[in-house]
Amino acid sequence: MIATLRSEWRKVVSTRMWWILALVMFGYMAFLGAVIGFSVSQASGSGGGAGMDGGALSGLEAAQSTYTIGASLGYVFPLIVGALAMTGEFRHQTITPSFLFQPRRGVVLGAKLLVNLGIGVIYGVVGTLGAVLGGAPLLATLGDGLYLGNGEVLGNLFFSVIALAIWAVIGVGLGTMLPNQVAAIVVILAFTQFVEPILRIGLIAGGDAADVPALGDVAMFLPGAAAEALVGSSFYAASGIGLLDRWEGALVLVAYAVVFAVVGRFTTLKRDVT
Amino acid sequence: MDPRERTIVQGATLEIRNLTKTFGPVRAVDDLSFNVQPGRVTGFLGPNGAGKTTSLRMLLGLVDADGGTATIDGQRYVDLPSPASVVGAALEAASFHPGRSALDHLRVHAPLAGVSDARCHEVLDLVGLGSVKGRKAGGFSLGMRQRLGLATTLLGDPGVLVLDEPANGLDPEGIVWMRGFLRHLAHSEGRTVLVSSHVLGEVQATVDDVVVIAGGRLVHESSLADLVAMAADKVKVVTPDVEGFTRLATERGWEFEAVSGGLVILGAAPAEVGAAAFAAGLEIHGLAGEGQGLEEVFLSLTAPREAEVAA
Repeated sequence: MIATLRSEWRKVVSTRMWWILALVMFGYMAFLGAVIGFSVSQASGSGGGAGMDGGALSGLEAAQSTYTIGASLGYVFPLIVGALAMTGEFRHQTITPSFLFQPRRGVVLGAKLLVNLGIGVIYGVVGTLGAVLGGAPLLATLGDGLYLGNGEVLGNLFFSVIALAIWAVIGVGLGTMLPNQVAAIVVILAFTQFVEPILRIGLIAGGDAADVPALGDVAMFLPGAAAEALVGSSFYAASGIGLLDRWEGALVLVAYAVVFAVVGRFTTLKRDVT
Repeated sequence: MDPRERTIVQGATLEIRNLTKTFGPVRAVDDLSFNVQPGRVTGFLGPNGAGKTTSLRMLLGLVDADGGTATIDGQRYVDLPSPASVVGAALEAASFHPGRSALDHLRVHAPLAGVSDARCHEVLDLVGLGSVKGRKAGGFSLGMRQRLGLATTLLGDPGVLVLDEPANGLDPEGIVWMRGFLRHLAHSEGRTVLVSSHVLGEVQATVDDVVVIAGGRLVHESSLADLVAMAADKVKVVTPDVEGFTRLATERGWEFEAVSGGLVILGAAPAEVGAAAFAAGLEIHGLAGEGQGLEEVFLSLTAPREAEVAA
């Protein structure tokens, strides 16, 4: 297993994709951090006082929403990197030498999951740091302060890293279930950028309208919502959308990774490699 | 890798027994059995689509057999505790990540072969890629990919090499080099070398044994020398005395067919026919070994109709 882990680690770091995507994520999160930081600072400033305006965030909430933007909007990056780890093997047919050097396919999958958990931690740090560095200057100068010494905020930052790391593992599972690289990326982009946001709002709104609150509860089990529950704060949650408890969110998120990986193990990895 | 581990190379016997694989309605491999011996280069031959690659992939645990077994010294590939140090395999469509350097391609697999970076450099030098180690495999020519594929197989210093169409894309100089290299690995180092090809001529100067398949079935298994002997035995005789020769051929148990101006005798060498004709006092205007070329023998072995007869 150690040898397989080393092999999988080298696969990731011997091409440029992982650091290019990490760099893009850092830039994008810094940008979003600045945008959110600016807008929450403006809102709280123009409101004239905390709690005056229903849509405005102030103080702690403003800081939390800004710093966790990586986990709420940037998770597509570790998700894609994780998926590429498996789909790339099929795309470039490197799956053949991979299985020749390690014929126990479950071990290959296990090593990929673990290595990408590590890569995911790097993405988590990079993305969270980007959001903080992008948002902090505006919070400090225009807003209500940094709140970087606040225990709750530090907890959010820590779990933001963890959530982003788990996203990379989910990516590996998804890529195993869906080894066609183009299909996997299309599904990831479509789901994260359109399907889940619309579904969340739709389920909640639909649940309210039809007076079936259970529908809104279903929305909390969507992976993005579960990740936000794990982080303990989010842009969405700040606008009043309900979340699971932190530990429930963690379980749901890990469950997605496990289910995808197991399904992939018994479909894609059972097949003949031709 | 430590030199102490590399002094002994253990070739292994490959045993293919009743191997069968069906893809939908197609029997890609049909009750195939043959052996591959250590210390020799064995050519695994057959036209495209004969089932060579599928057979090799079953041997290597990449494709599940519907029936039969393929073992390396009695063990299935997937049961080998450290497969890369027993079998090195390079399959068709040399598969490399285009953005990964040649050296990194080997370093990716080095941990599972149980070797260090030094061994990666060593095998790249060995196959003549020493000067392009750092270049990305995406920019490699087909010949360079073949060499990189070969380097990958050698990484764990295995006693068995399985190479699918290794001469594809090599320039003439590369083919000569590959030939010498494979023969050295088998004859001087005692390894088992199995190379597949759809062109007999390509491996004719390399192999000691031949296994020929067509339509997924074994049609011929022998030493190359025996196959060559089969090739020589066809003689065209131009003679006014067709009757005399017909009698002679029947006496000697040669097969023959009448052609214009004489007849073609099968199953005898030109010298044999000439001597027999002289002894019988038969008149000859022309005598030519039509030495059905080796390639022709191969073609007749693998022709669909012949394959069914042989089966």
